[in-house]
Amino acid sequence: MSDTRTRRVAGATDSQQGDHPSGDNRFDLVDKHLKRARYEQDQLIETLHVAQDVFGYLSEDILIYVARALRLPPSMVYGVATFYHLFTFDPPGDHSCTVCTGTACFVKGADDIVQAVSDTYSVPAGETSEDGSLTLKTARCLGSCGLAPVVVFDGNVLGHQDTESTLELVAGAVGGGG
Amino acid sequence: MRDTRPTVNISFDGVDYEGYVGESVLECARRNGVTIPSLCFLEGLSVWGGCRICVVEVAEGHRLRPACATQVTPDMEIKIETPRLRAYRKSVLELLFAEGNHVCAVCVSNGKCELQDMAVFSGMDHVRYDYQAPRREVDASHPKYVFDPNRCILCTRCVRVCDEIEGAHVWDISYRGEHAELITEMNRPWGDSLSCTWCGKCVAVCPTGSLAYEGRSIGEMEHDPVMIKRLAVARSRGEWLDPEGAI
Amino acid sequence: MAAPIDLHEVMEREREERFRTRWRVKACSSTACLSAGAGATIKAMEDLVERDDMVLEVQVIPTGCMGLCSAGPLIRMMRRGGDEADYRNVTPEAAVEIVRSHVLDEEPVPEYQLDTSMPFFTSQERVVLANGGVINPDRIESYVAHGGYQALEKALTTMKPKAVVEEIRKSGIRGRGGAGYPVASKWSLLAAASGKTKYVVANGDEGDPGAYMDRTIMEDDPHRLIEGIAIAAYATGANQAYIYVRAEYPRAIERLDRAIRVARRNRLLGRKILDTNFDLTVEVRIGAGAFVCGEETALMASIEGRRGTPQLRPPYPTEKGLWGSPTMINNVETLANIAPIISRGGDWFASLGTEKSTGTKVFALAGDITNTGLIEVPMGTTLREIVEDIGGGIPDGKQFKAAQTGGPSGGCIPSKFLDTPVDYDSLRELGSIMGSGGLIVMDEDVQMPDVAKYFMEFSMDESCGKCTPCRVGTVQMHNLLQRLCDGTGSKQDLRDLEHLCSVVRDTSLCGLGQAAPNPVISTLQYFRDEYIALIDQQEVVHA
Repeated sequence: MSDTRTRRVAGATDSQQGDHPSGDNRFDLVDKHLKRARYEQDQLIETLHVAQDVFGYLSEDILIYVARALRLPPSMVYGVATFYHLFTFDPPGDHSCTVCTGTACFVKGADDIVQAVSDTYSVPAGETSEDGSLTLKTARCLGSCGLAPVVVFDGNVLGHQDTESTLELVAGAVGGGG
Repeated sequence: MRDTRPTVNISFDGVDYEGYVGESVLECARRNGVTIPSLCFLEGLSVWGGCRICVVEVAEGHRLRPACATQVTPDMEIKIETPRLRAYRKSVLELLFAEGNHVCAVCVSNGKCELQDMAVFSGMDHVRYDYQAPRREVDASHPKYVFDPNRCILCTRCVRVCDEIEGAHVWDISYRGEHAELITEMNRPWGDSLSCTWCGKCVAVCPTGSLAYEGRSIGEMEHDPVMIKRLAVARSRGEWLDPEGAI
Repeated sequence: MAAPIDLHEVMEREREERFRTRWRVKACSSTACLSAGAGATIKAMEDLVERDDMVLEVQVIPTGCMGLCSAGPLIRMMRRGGDEADYRNVTPEAAVEIVRSHVLDEEPVPEYQLDTSMPFFTSQERVVLANGGVINPDRIESYVAHGGYQALEKALTTMKPKAVVEEIRKSGIRGRGGAGYPVASKWSLLAAASGKTKYVVANGDEGDPGAYMDRTIMEDDPHRLIEGIAIAAYATGANQAYIYVRAEYPRAIERLDRAIRVARRNRLLGRKILDTNFDLTVEVRIGAGAFVCGEETALMASIEGRRGTPQLRPPYPTEKGLWGSPTMINNVETLANIAPIISRGGDWFASLGTEKSTGTKVFALAGDITNTGLIEVPMGTTLREIVEDIGGGIPDGKQFKAAQTGGPSGGCIPSKFLDTPVDYDSLRELGSIMGSGGLIVMDEDVQMPDVAKYFMEFSMDESCGKCTPCRVGTVQMHNLLQRLCDGTGSKQDLRDLEHLCSVVRDTSLCGLGQAAPNPVISTLQYFRDEYIALIDQQEVVHA
């Protein structure tokens, strides 16, 4: 799912100066969804998902755009978007490392992995490092408890991880860290 | 106006009263002069049920029920002043005081604050729990009003009045859990809001000193939550349409 | 309008296809096996079949979860009309070796073979997961070939809606989402509700960390869920249904979307289903990361595109639910049980499990245990059977300490209760709950106050913030637990913690808040000495 969307986004970014009134063609993709959803207000969460897939995150402009399109009060759109943990309001880093902290992974030491990555790259969980190279996230159970502890690096699910293997993994993509 | 609704017999702490079918326990108590402490409930607005101050024991059920959202039923035995309920009310109040930065001595609503009154009424004289001491900035950008989130208890009276009575929906809650906070529009300063009509209803209904008129000093802010009941009742009766029966 | 699917013709065709090749390889392609490398394994086998010209000899069939997730990737070699051999930890190289050995030499490869006579396989009773490792979830024909949609056909053509509800009542099935409310009662409430529009909602917001049975059902057997929904809607008079899925499950969303499209094309959904007068539209709605949305009223708020905060009940959803219309919310696992109940009868279902908890339950077995994965056992199976026989015991010669059920709303069960039968009522008596079916085993190294703190942190993060006790109480309980775990807590802290537990349990608005103290209460009940030890330690330090 994310694959095709990412590709579409990449294509759209190349020709950002498009026909859309905003000058940014990515809004076309949001519009397309809105039209299919017949601008119904209960489609707010779906629309925010589409917008986040397209833009990578939800900026204030995007939220205002969605609020106007669905004729919803801006405060309500902001309230809904911030309520749900999967929506993010800052651009993501080049690489993303998600550590599952579900119960099975917790019992098997997932907290140590989070701590180690966080310390090595001085990036608090849930945030992006200052140079924008790495976003460290935690997830509440990815449902692969048989493989605990689980780490998802740039979309690849990896089971039976430990502190060392995870740090090696991150270092391989991002660099030494420190 | 004589009430023609059918009645039921109920009791508050062992004393018998008459309640109307379809009436909430809280409404019934108030009508009969029985005190059930409450915070987020306000006559004229929809029921929110979030503060949990008004929970009462209903004899036949095991769970506590919010008086604001429970309808009276025949032979209901309602307990308000039991040791357990007193202890719970006190604890919930302590939690509210621990959550924000409530310093009565420097508050515009000192002496005229529903939260403060509640603490006095419940005998809450200290807070057992850690003060969370959040860092929150006062929003004084509005020309007429001031919003101090340090004193907000998230009762959502302002959110509801702005949406349901004024129809502007300037306010809403953002984020969730301990990070939940009151916002205007896109979490921008209130003064920049395009949808605010400056009607002041949110300020009128605030139970604490969180929303106040600009320029009020300590203890000078008096709220007017009853205004909403007047508005709601007048609106439901269409009294504006009747030149004879003007308010 | 196209003609509806002819279930019997499809079955015939599939049977022929099944006998087309001498060998069939079923390869588990569920999420756990995929993350263990099943994708490469399947690719290797397909390449081999192509390259060595074995197309007429072997077909490779990707299937849903086979159960033993810790040993993935799993494959099963099946000879036409004959033997089967299961394999574990099948790397691409191993897969090539196994397929060649079977097809060319008629020899199994003992090195990778999985012993299917072990209790993990023999002690299970698969109803909900019956199709796991059997059907190809992407093909409706595969589902139909194994009896799929026959229950719907039976209900629509031979049963009145009332009779369907009656069959469910006879089965005695209780809601699999946690609380165990009798399913038939809910159905009758919706059936009796007046109103032109009624909704059925499948709750697939499986937020309980450590539980993934609903995801497995949605990914590996989407049509079974759709069939259950259709039967529920027919029995209750609803014409619109939603499946609410967590956004964390993109594969489930994709599979369900596709399955709904295919079902519509085959006239199993949409207008005049199977040429009867029953219409039903099913839509997938996606969550966005909020555990509280598993609560009925919060889930409805989320479907309506609002903040997922629970609403006051009454009015109950069956009176006033989505957009003010009567609505019934059933858990995904509950709905996956419906088709077998209608096909095989309520009495058959009631004969499984115990008197008050009928049928089977799927558990996600995880933590400090040898065999981790998805298991399905009759209700009333003892914890000991699950942990020691099916789970294969605790690895590294360590001692069993506790089993956690019900996630952040449940509790920890100590070893002295290992012989308790697992059903709704026994678990509740022990201070835990069935929950959605996460079962985490903990060995002697796990400190119970740490576990309580872990779950409190979860509840604190997931609190919606609407009511005071949950919003602030969970933060304060977490503070107290933090101090106790750090060894800086006092006896007063422990007393405050216990008092807060009752405050939050009794005064919170919704189930999440009311159940948030459960992990603390149950660990205090069974492992109080561990809390006391943490305090004593501190008092020794100060002395």
